[in-house]
Amino acid sequence: MADDKDVLRDVWFGRIPTCFTLYQDEITEREAEPFYLLLPRVSYLTLVTDKVKKHFLKVMKAEDVEEMWFDFEGTPLKWHYPIGLLFDLHASNTALPWSITVHFKNFPERDLLHCPSNSVIEAHFMSSIKEADALKHKSQVINDMQKKDHKQLWMGLQNDKFDQFWAMNRKLMEYPTEEGGFRYIPFRIYLVNELMGIPRIHDSDEIPSKR
Amino acid sequence: MPVSLLCAVDVYGRVYSLSTGGQQWEQCRDAVLEFKRVTAVQQCCWGIACDHHIYLNVHSSDVPIRYQEETFENQRWNPVDNFSDRLLPSDRWQWSNITGLEHQPLDSFFLPSTNWEWEGDWYIDENFGGEPTEKEGWTYAIDFPATYTKDKKWNSCVRRRRWIRYRRYKATDTWAKIPSEGHSGPLPDPFNDISCGGWEISEEPRGRLSLWAVSLQGKVWFREGIHHHSPEGDGWEEVSLPGEVVQISCGPGDLVWAVLWEGQLIVREGITRDCPQGSSWVVVDSPNPEAGAIHVAVGDNVVWAVTKDNKVWFRRGINSYNPRGSGWIGMVGEMVMINVGLNDQVWGISCEDRAVYFRQGVTSSELSGKAWKAVNVPRDGDIRSHSSASSSSLHSAGCFFSGEVRAQSVMSEDSDTENGPQRAVLEGATTAFTAGPSIPEEVASLREAEAKSPPPVLVLSPSLSGGPGDPQWSNVDLEEAQTHLAVGPAGVRGDAADTCSLSSVATYTLCQEEPYGADEHPLWAWVSGGGCGVDCHSQLNWFNSATALASSVQSMSLSISPAQTAAWRKQIFEQLSERSKREMDNFKHYEQAIEQSVWVKKGTMQWWRDWKPHKWVDVKFALEQFSGPEGNQDGILFLYYNFNEEKKYLHAFINEVTILVPVLNDSKHTFAIYTAERTKQRWPIRLAAATELEMHDWLALLSVSCCDSRGIQGPPSKQALWSVTCKGDIFVCEPSPSLEACPYPTPCDQMFWHQVGGHLRLVECNSLGVVWGVGYDHTAWVYTGGYGGGFLQGLASSTDNIYTQTDVKCVYIYENQRWNPVTGYTNRGLPTDRYMWSDATGLQECTKANTKPPSPHWTWVADWAIDYGISGGTDREGWQYAADFPTSYHGHKTLKDFVRRRRWARKCKLTTTGPWQEVPPIPLSDVTIIPCGAQSSVEPIPLWAISNKGDVLCRLGVTLLTPAGTSWLHVGTDQPFKSISIGGANQVWAIARDGSAFYRGSVSAQSPAGDCWYHIPSPARQKLQQVSVGRTSVYTVDQHGNLWFRQGLTPSYPQGLSWEHISNNVRKVSVGPLDQVWIIADKVQGSHSLSCGTVCHRLGVQPMEPKGQSWDYGIGGGWDHITVRGNSFEAPRVRMPSVTPSLTTSLTDPLRPPPTRKLLSFGNTENGNAVRC
Repeated sequence: MADDKDVLRDVWFGRIPTCFTLYQDEITEREAEPFYLLLPRVSYLTLVTDKVKKHFLKVMKAEDVEEMWFDFEGTPLKWHYPIGLLFDLHASNTALPWSITVHFKNFPERDLLHCPSNSVIEAHFMSSIKEADALKHKSQVINDMQKKDHKQLWMGLQNDKFDQFWAMNRKLMEYPTEEGGFRYIPFRIYLVNELMGIPRIHDSDEIPSKR
Repeated sequence: MPVSLLCAVDVYGRVYSLSTGGQQWEQCRDAVLEFKRVTAVQQCCWGIACDHHIYLNVHSSDVPIRYQEETFENQRWNPVDNFSDRLLPSDRWQWSNITGLEHQPLDSFFLPSTNWEWEGDWYIDENFGGEPTEKEGWTYAIDFPATYTKDKKWNSCVRRRRWIRYRRYKATDTWAKIPSEGHSGPLPDPFNDISCGGWEISEEPRGRLSLWAVSLQGKVWFREGIHHHSPEGDGWEEVSLPGEVVQISCGPGDLVWAVLWEGQLIVREGITRDCPQGSSWVVVDSPNPEAGAIHVAVGDNVVWAVTKDNKVWFRRGINSYNPRGSGWIGMVGEMVMINVGLNDQVWGISCEDRAVYFRQGVTSSELSGKAWKAVNVPRDGDIRSHSSASSSSLHSAGCFFSGEVRAQSVMSEDSDTENGPQRAVLEGATTAFTAGPSIPEEVASLREAEAKSPPPVLVLSPSLSGGPGDPQWSNVDLEEAQTHLAVGPAGVRGDAADTCSLSSVATYTLCQEEPYGADEHPLWAWVSGGGCGVDCHSQLNWFNSATALASSVQSMSLSISPAQTAAWRKQIFEQLSERSKREMDNFKHYEQAIEQSVWVKKGTMQWWRDWKPHKWVDVKFALEQFSGPEGNQDGILFLYYNFNEEKKYLHAFINEVTILVPVLNDSKHTFAIYTAERTKQRWPIRLAAATELEMHDWLALLSVSCCDSRGIQGPPSKQALWSVTCKGDIFVCEPSPSLEACPYPTPCDQMFWHQVGGHLRLVECNSLGVVWGVGYDHTAWVYTGGYGGGFLQGLASSTDNIYTQTDVKCVYIYENQRWNPVTGYTNRGLPTDRYMWSDATGLQECTKANTKPPSPHWTWVADWAIDYGISGGTDREGWQYAADFPTSYHGHKTLKDFVRRRRWARKCKLTTTGPWQEVPPIPLSDVTIIPCGAQSSVEPIPLWAISNKGDVLCRLGVTLLTPAGTSWLHVGTDQPFKSISIGGANQVWAIARDGSAFYRGSVSAQSPAGDCWYHIPSPARQKLQQVSVGRTSVYTVDQHGNLWFRQGLTPSYPQGLSWEHISNNVRKVSVGPLDQVWIIADKVQGSHSLSCGTVCHRLGVQPMEPKGQSWDYGIGGGWDHITVRGNSFEAPRVRMPSVTPSLTTSLTDPLRPPPTRKLLSFGNTENGNAVRC
């Protein structure tokens, strides 16, 4: 569907209105105002929440701050899932804006991966792109790209630059007409196991480019 | 690549053909006869039938084979009878040929054979050298032979007129018997082998072929006089031989090899343009001294042979200088016979299983190929059993398509009930042949064996079924089945396939074991690929053993129709919009998580400096992109350079860029960026990237960026203007509503053009969105509705509707020589002379070795060859003579000639992609589509064309859904034509090759081809070149670049009265549905190298003033073609009168001052000349 720019744009510019509130048990110097933000569906939580962190740090002491993490109604949100996916999995039936609780303590080691820096997100993102291309083109396209092309993909996502991202991503999405399509079409299946109380998600990730 | 056919004969003598686009052998149904051997070329197929006679099957074409017979009636004046047929005794005959030397009364013309018919009776030709004659076609002269004029003068003593009659070859698509007669009566013995080829030896006469035949006694015969107008040829001529020949093979060019009875091979030498049958034989030893050769096959540059032990051999070192080659190489595989087709592709029939094999991987650099691959497709008789087999295999495999399959069985049960009670079916178990004796002569014995085979097994099948939704079909077959039952075992063989299919369908319903007989696997005797145009890139669906499975899977995926895709897309889009609305509409005031920033892409390039001395300088190049105030994308281009140690820069706003033109040449990958201002100055920003890839990346990015900034996306609109550059690049422009406004139209230089993939020589469109193009190789292409292709990939390109497109053109160089008294003509010229190898002007040295294809996209596909087709004529070696360089050349040597030249041509080929699909098979030179209002729903849409041979054609079945139409209707003319145009009211105008204009009478929706031609005299002493007809206006361009307007056109007299000169230096004209006039102008002042071919718009064209007033200059140079026939946007403020040409009402204010738009300084606006030189 790489030819349908309207659809691609709509997917890319999908936003989720979100209200961030600080967890009640966090120690603050004064009361923390909730913070409202439009989150891009195709991005990652920890990539787009610098503003949130800055906002809450204003009311907190530095020694009370550990790694920031989020939960929705008690469910820790995995940063390595795209935001849109998290929303659709956990909160698609709730009223907007999506209310996310922000934590700076008691990192749930069992449920979440640490995300010390953006380069971790980048590595994770690139590895999903590579996985997908292995299925689509036997990795030929991604391997033919230069380092700067990879960087452009990532920077496009990070800076929410549709054209910058798609100038590269189109190469990953194209195939010669005669060959009749990709070798395989990569897709992931995510399941929410409601019975367990905590969502169990099989397989691990969605590729932002394949939505 | 158009579909073409591979021909084969099975061991029963049935002729089958396999289409390159198909997946089954189709039996040649006409053949009552059984054939031993066939030899196919593109236009026809020759064969030897079992009666040992030769038959010819000419493939039918939309353009018939017709031949013009002519004779002249001569008269002399005498005072008594005035002009009469009483001639002087010394005069020519009253009826003669053109020279007067042969007596040719009307009744002396006979049809050459029963395969011809007369088209009509004799009639008088009233066209004399492009001008209509006064009366009865007489032309006058002082005496025979002299120069004739159409005017009678006081001293005109003789007159003559020309009578013409057409005969037409009628025996197409059928086997026509060729009488076995030589020059001296019937040939002594019957034929045994035949081979057709040689079409590359000469282009004159058109469609010339060499046909070689071998008789049972081992003699070789050459058929003379085969060409387009004489498909049967004239007669057989015996070729002397060093021994007895058993088999012969003739390639497309000058290779002819034959096998002698003793097992050696002989090679024909001395085959040239003037002597296609060659002069002598040379013997080549068999590859294997123990086992002599039994079969040979030759192509353009290859020879393959088979020895008596069925081993296959490839001959090394074959080329046009050495037809003998240098040595044999043994190949893998055991074959009975081998055939070499087009592009040196190879087919064989395996000794083991009698299947047809295709040699894979044959390329011009690796002529021996890589491996044999069996052609594994069913024949048309057993296709149904195959498809059912695949269904059953799917079924048994528990495949996920089972739902579909079950649906089928439900259907078949339904049809069962319709068909009444269940019946018994005869199982088509024909005998299993073991692939035994293998020469065709033994077919008869095989067949006997078959007849004696055990009687077919009778299988009781409880149900019968037709294909889904086709109960009719099974009814028919039921009857057949019953007949077989009645006839019993004896009647089985002929229709075994049908019964087989029936039973297997039934079996499938029952999920039983499949009960196929041995007829499953056809046994082939002969194959011929001479008409089969495949190459190593062709996608053939011939090899998949699970063909039927593949096709069923394919049909699954294909079952999603475009309409469904569109509905699906709409649904997705709606869901997305709904989601955006739900999730974002109320929260617009929220802060964005990521702040929008400017994105900059940087690179280094070379820039053609704006000031003198012009040269390429290194620059840094940056594109800054940002979101504009309304959320639209915008950008600025920056070019940083150093000047006198100072850093400077140049910039251009993306939304001001009007066009990006790739200018590929062999040394640099360059492109040009124009803005309105730079179009005026004829001085674009010219940039060169380091690599082609880099250039394409930049072009694609800039192109997307420009389109974004102007809000253009998706395919071109129906109103779009299309144009083509000299390089064959295609550009479209979305017209603004005020483009044709009067008196203030959008200035031409502000039009934004963007590129569409593909390569064309000309393109024509209309306002309903039907777009056709013609390539340099005259291939016709129809626009598919996609966009992008070429370097525009990804976002700027649609995935659907983009196809591979190829084009072929010739590069010409000249060999120049000067005469000197000692050695005659030599390649040693005077010091002042041009290069001895040069381009046409003589200014540039062009040797065979250093001449490169026009750009890296083109690759050579042939070697240099002498071009005999140059204007002025040539001698037998291709030389043209002249007194000195540069002057006019003639084709024969005279005493006054001191220099000579000859032209060498080399073909090169380009492969690209674009939204174009080929319309085979007739190559075109011009095409036109009716211009009409945007709302009108004309169906079918009239489309006319001229074939590259000059035939006038009218396309049938062109509609909005099928823009390619269905077939051509040939419209007879007395001479070849070159240009055609149809106007909004079905008025068809055409230009003949002799430069005269014709109007086609009575063309209407009911009679799409009209009834007759009216000859329109051309402007005095001018030969017309091109015509364009708008709603009412008719414009033509003559060979000297003058633009003419037809005066006095009225509905009652659509031919008009006279030509009025409008402008000079015009290359092409396009008149649109609003009668708007656009041209490609030559010699527009500006930068020299780019000055030719500028798009110009006629200003001031109004209903009352269809000729307009002056020119407005747009993009150029280097433009070659434009069509504005899609743009039916009427300007908002001016209402045009209705389509009737009563041009009386003009709603524009007559008092309004004349157009005040400032014309470009170099445009001469006064007298309407396009150009001030």
